[in-house]
Amino acid sequence: MTERQIKFSEALREAQADMLEADPNVLLLGLGVPGPTGIFGTTSGLQERFGTHRVIDTPSSENAMTGVALGAAARGKRPIMVHMRVDFALLAIEPIVNQAAKWHYMYGGVMRAPLVIRMIVGRGWGQGPQHSQSLQSWFAHVPGLKVVMPARPLDAKGMIVSAVKDDAPVIVFEHRWLYNLSGPVPEVPVGRPLEGAEVLRPGRDVTIAATSYMVIEALRAAETLAGIGIEAEVIDLRCLTPIDAGTLKASLARTGRLVVADTAQEAFGVAAEVVSVACQHAFQHLKAPPEVVALPHVPTPTTPALADLFYPDARDIAAAALKATGAEKELPPAPEQGRKWKDTPDPSFTGPY
Amino acid sequence: MTQLDDKARANILRAMVRIRVAEERISELYREQEMRCPTHLAIGQEAVPAGVSAALEPQDLVFSGHRSHGHYIAKGGDMGAMFAELYGRATGCAAGKGGSQHLIDLACGFMGAAPILSSTISVGVGAAWAAQLDGRREVSAIYFGDGATEEGAFHESLNFAAVLKLPVVFVCENNLYSVHSAMDCRQPDRPVSALGPAHGMPGVTVDGNDPDAVYAAAAEAAARARDGEGPSLIECMTYRWMEHCGPNDDIALGYRTAAELAEWKARDPIPPYAARIGADLDALMSEALAEADAAVAFAKSSPFPEPSELTRHVLPA
Repeated sequence: MTERQIKFSEALREAQADMLEADPNVLLLGLGVPGPTGIFGTTSGLQERFGTHRVIDTPSSENAMTGVALGAAARGKRPIMVHMRVDFALLAIEPIVNQAAKWHYMYGGVMRAPLVIRMIVGRGWGQGPQHSQSLQSWFAHVPGLKVVMPARPLDAKGMIVSAVKDDAPVIVFEHRWLYNLSGPVPEVPVGRPLEGAEVLRPGRDVTIAATSYMVIEALRAAETLAGIGIEAEVIDLRCLTPIDAGTLKASLARTGRLVVADTAQEAFGVAAEVVSVACQHAFQHLKAPPEVVALPHVPTPTTPALADLFYPDARDIAAAALKATGAEKELPPAPEQGRKWKDTPDPSFTGPY
Repeated sequence: MTQLDDKARANILRAMVRIRVAEERISELYREQEMRCPTHLAIGQEAVPAGVSAALEPQDLVFSGHRSHGHYIAKGGDMGAMFAELYGRATGCAAGKGGSQHLIDLACGFMGAAPILSSTISVGVGAAWAAQLDGRREVSAIYFGDGATEEGAFHESLNFAAVLKLPVVFVCENNLYSVHSAMDCRQPDRPVSALGPAHGMPGVTVDGNDPDAVYAAAAEAAARARDGEGPSLIECMTYRWMEHCGPNDDIALGYRTAAELAEWKARDPIPPYAARIGADLDALMSEALAEADAAVAFAKSSPFPEPSELTRHVLPA
């Protein structure tokens, strides 16, 4: 078993390269895909390797290019579309929601739309109101779409591999703050399931179910909690369509307490859905009201002075978990960060994206 | 330019008559309230699909919008499956899940229709991209109305098709109204076809009630597309006789005049064309009526979908 470690962004690039190599019908398109920075390195070198016909730059036309990808998919191609930010993909809501999501059903099963749409969730360095939205719940709400949120390099690669092979439109939400994190990834293109959650850390006292980058914060919170004798079980929700009720229920049967951490606003979002699923499927196991750690109902502010208040982190998750357990304990003092702002994933990140 | 022979012109007339008669049957039967879906009739506009389809090969693809019956029939779509779709039956071309606004018949290259203005334009361009990548001499003919040319996705689609020189024939059926809104409150005083050159492709306006004129423009555009010279835009001036959506006339609404409708009815594309080619129109009408009646009978005798169909095909198996 390989223990090769690569970054999340490298895993994305490798998955696309592997699929372009494996199937001549795979196409890769998006504004800046072949450009000098290659979508934060995730598409670098792929046009050189696979040619200008299969790996293309596009006009700034998110709407039509999504329809173009759908039309190519209907004719046997397997396009991967990339949006540098979720916010730009909003220009493509119509072809995603009205068309790609519905073509299989509304044509009685004779049409297929094997389309992969990568959407990057920005954060930090003042990304602000229109470069940081995490709108996974919008898409998960629409029947006919598969929505996944890889949190680890293993899933980043494996989910892209599976998404390209899948005959449904798959939307992959990639959090920018995961890009530089490393983890074990096999060299061969092994698919990872597009359904189902995964327990990343077992624990008996409280379940923390998290999406995307909040999985990283949840694992940090679990470390902190372990230091005061609370064993948190961390679930990487991974896939939103549907929320994995089975894994959630099994965990709550052990812990009886739930904290949900999502990268988006709490209201009408994935966190609310997870709480709903927990109440419907595991109500008898719950010993305390579920806690939610997510964004407040405000647009993303740009200044770090406000953004640092806007984004919850591991400490908020740990505090919520402590509250859920009802234990009369206190969290240890927050470690000195040694930096003024928390608006970057790590001090090496110096902007501007 | 390719000249039409007598057989081709007879086929054009037959297509127009089949569309007219089928839609008149829909108009009559719609009142029974068994076709329970929004239905947009194109009576008066038959020359456009008849002329365009005459310029297409069987392997060519057609994409359409909400007013699609004529496009479907002219390309060779199954008439029984169309009526069954309008009647919501399991034997419908979309298994009853699409209705009039989502006709499809892959066997004849009718690739789908959707009522959100301009939404299938980009999809047709994508299919043309696939054809170009695979080296197929296959053309995408994409129908849309004048309203769709106001959508951003229309312009984005023409732009991209021109950049890659894709084999696309963009066919605008300009019937002067988007629902009840006239052109002059929606677009400046210039032909829609002028948007072709603006996007780097030829644009031409033709009499959309003259199938020979439509054919000539479509044949030139299709040849250009097949030869790798890229897309073209054809604006066909025409007029819908019926209301925007539904089986009736709508003069009482007041957004257009009875005189305007009468003027366009005097330009009915069918009788003059029958006279031009010396065809027996009555015989063709009878033949088409028998076909439409058989299609209606097939639809009405077909079963509704099983309850299990409700959740089938949300995602591909």
